[in-house]
Amino acid sequence: MPSLRDYRDRIKSVKSTRKITSAMKMVAASKLRRTQEQAQAAQPYAHAMAGMLARVSGNYNENSDNAPKLLVGTGKDEKHLLVVVTADRGLCAGFNAYIIKETLTQIADLESKGKEVSLICIGRKGFTALSRKHEEKIVHYFDDVLGRDRVEYAKSNKVAKMVLSMFDDGEFDVCSMVYNKFMSVLVQRPSVMQLIPFELEKTSEAEGASQESTRFEEETGYFYPYSYEPSEDEILNALLPRNVGVQIFSGLLDSAAGEQAARMTAMDNATRNAGDMINNLTLQYNRARQAYITKELIEIISGAEAL
Amino acid sequence: MIGTEIQFELISPEKKLVSETVYLAEIPGDKGMFGVLPGHSSMLVSLGVGVVRLHKTKGDDDVKKIFISGGFADVTGTSCTVLAEEAIAVSDLDQASLEQRLSDLQEDLKLAEEMADKQRIREEINMTKSKLFAITGY
Repeated sequence: MPSLRDYRDRIKSVKSTRKITSAMKMVAASKLRRTQEQAQAAQPYAHAMAGMLARVSGNYNENSDNAPKLLVGTGKDEKHLLVVVTADRGLCAGFNAYIIKETLTQIADLESKGKEVSLICIGRKGFTALSRKHEEKIVHYFDDVLGRDRVEYAKSNKVAKMVLSMFDDGEFDVCSMVYNKFMSVLVQRPSVMQLIPFELEKTSEAEGASQESTRFEEETGYFYPYSYEPSEDEILNALLPRNVGVQIFSGLLDSAAGEQAARMTAMDNATRNAGDMINNLTLQYNRARQAYITKELIEIISGAEAL
Repeated sequence: MIGTEIQFELISPEKKLVSETVYLAEIPGDKGMFGVLPGHSSMLVSLGVGVVRLHKTKGDDDVKKIFISGGFADVTGTSCTVLAEEAIAVSDLDQASLEQRLSDLQEDLKLAEEMADKQRIREEINMTKSKLFAITGY
């Protein structure tokens, strides 16, 4: 049976653990707020970009001769590139593990169909885990894209530039990004977003933008068809690569917010568990102390009776 | 009825930088400057490097100047949205440090050996020159 002193030591150590986890929780909470603000601030650009793209790319389909490759693809589906986004640090529950699992599933899935897979890693955790099993597939590891506090567009753009130059060199046909989509503070969903060829979503923003212009036309009675300068093709060709950058950036922001949210929840749980453990240990400690006192009393009484 | 002002917005990937109503926005298009007045026809324009100039009211001398390094503009009769990857108010540009940077870069260019490096430095030199021109040229 552990002595009273053992109990006291254990309670002390759990208490200090609880202090650490609750501090980490508070740090994560404040970082979460900051990353969420950042994600919100980045939305107008992404929306405006999506609106423009929807407007320009509507006229293209796979059969157009001059459609850019970024939009319709290379016509093949042989080589896949996965951009895997995890966090640099752990202690955030399943956050990294889910992404790694999702990536492994994707790799297995693609390989079973006879496709070639290569990887770009962002975030140390994903890189170390994946390099154990699939080192030969990792073409690049970005270790400086995720800032300590904030994601910078200039840095995330480096990833986009690399992806685009690989695409120009014909090193892959399809590029997707595996990342944690921020659903709410409690839920981050591992998601796969296709970057190249660009998948046009019928976003409500795009429709909103076109509605706005028709409203103007109705109010004024003027009707202007949209004109493009220099030309529709050139604008589309300029928009698409930038859009890859924007999508990667928004993925990184989602992941950054998700990481902090996951850490906050994990640390909240850890703090609560530590509290439960302390209660338990204190109970056991009190029992042991009581038992010790009773034992001493019995000894004294039986000693007195023996006289 | 055409209004007397347009809603001008300047957005960078990281945040919305400017959102205000203006009478006239002069914008550096790829193929030259153009002005946007209320009731402009709808268009999508790709932008070059240059300075966006905002006039709050008609005949306003107090012009707000913002340097952008290219991007896109979505113009309708009531609004003008500019997407720019890099945007900085001309008043925030510092001539002395830009000139210093320019001479540093030219130094770098002489030392650079690889083609890719040279290309990158040349691009940066052009960008710095454009910024300097934005201060002195207007």
